[in-house]
Amino acid sequence: MDTSRRDFLILGSKMFVMTSVAASAFEHVLAGTPEAAATYNTADHWWAMVIDIEKCVGSGHCVKACKLENGVIDEPYYFRTWVERYHVDPLDMDHPKVDSPNGGIDGFPETYPDSTTTGKTFFVPKLCNHCVDSPCTQVCPVGATFRTNDGVVLIDKDYCLGCRYCVQACPYGCRYIDPRTNTADKCTLCYHRITKGLQPACCETCPTGARQLADLKNPKDPVHEFLRTHQIQVLKPQMATGAKIYYSGLDGSVR
Amino acid sequence: MKRFKDVEHLLRLAVFFLAGLLVFAIARAELVPESFGKLGHYRANAIDDVRARPIAYAGQAACAQCHSDVVDLRAQARHKGIACESCHGPLATHAADPGQMTPKLPDARPLCVHCHAANTGKTKRYPTVDIKEHAGDESCISCHKPHNPKLS
Repeated sequence: MDTSRRDFLILGSKMFVMTSVAASAFEHVLAGTPEAAATYNTADHWWAMVIDIEKCVGSGHCVKACKLENGVIDEPYYFRTWVERYHVDPLDMDHPKVDSPNGGIDGFPETYPDSTTTGKTFFVPKLCNHCVDSPCTQVCPVGATFRTNDGVVLIDKDYCLGCRYCVQACPYGCRYIDPRTNTADKCTLCYHRITKGLQPACCETCPTGARQLADLKNPKDPVHEFLRTHQIQVLKPQMATGAKIYYSGLDGSVR
Repeated sequence: MKRFKDVEHLLRLAVFFLAGLLVFAIARAELVPESFGKLGHYRANAIDDVRARPIAYAGQAACAQCHSDVVDLRAQARHKGIACESCHGPLATHAADPGQMTPKLPDARPLCVHCHAANTGKTKRYPTVDIKEHAGDESCISCHKPHNPKLS
């Protein structure tokens, strides 16, 4: 035999590493997907949100409620939900002006003086789209962000490294790094509320009913009637993220 | 027994493999957190951590349990669709124990202005006013009652 003892040991170590990787992968196959909850069953729900652009008046109550409910840091640039105001000039439809003063938390005091005669202005509330095939969960190197079986994308704050990959990956700009913990943070769709049968804070406080929580697995949810009778769009459908924030009356200029 | 003449180096290798496997098993048990991989490539207990957060907004149903008079009054007015906590703020602590925390009356004018200041983003049928022209520096609640804002 030409194989030296040294070569044999190197080959042996390589085989060892490869078999152990295969073993740990097989463990995941065996694990299956059991249900944990006692009263709340994740298999019975599929959460989404419906936003009616025509009803939104930019009051900013959702932004404020979100911050108070979830303890979001009370400074500009940290938002789990925010409201953008679009102003589209008819002579330059491809380049809408967008502003969001402090996320719209105090409404929009400044107005576009010329827009009564030309162009149009409207509000677009934004938040995490709770994508089915979310880029943010795919890039997380440690499994600290994931989609639950009831369709909500959550963050494991104890396990997050703060590497910021997910912040870059999100096509909707919904994530930020919480400076207090140095971990990623974003909308949970008020998971602590919806699993108790409450509305998310933003939907609860929306004065015009522009934001509606939707449970698509619940046949009695009025959202089904809404989806039937309205033209629905999601943001950036070309990204194929499976976004579940359904906008009604969304203008084509919205990015 | 000639076949097993050179068995010694194989045994040595087997020990080497077993030791490696043991190190791997111990390291894996130590490093992989509890419940990881139970539901997917994440810590299943993280879901309970998120759910454990206390609520700040009690919800409309909780308000209506005691304040049904206000809810009934509002139900006949334009503000019927607005939840109490939209203006009064988060009051889960008040709902849990009304004696412990008494809500403060909100400052009306900024709240009214958030929705009803004239702004081109709002639809034509939505009631808006130019605040300065409409009221000057007067407080909105001098004339309008927030639960039933229409002047009678």
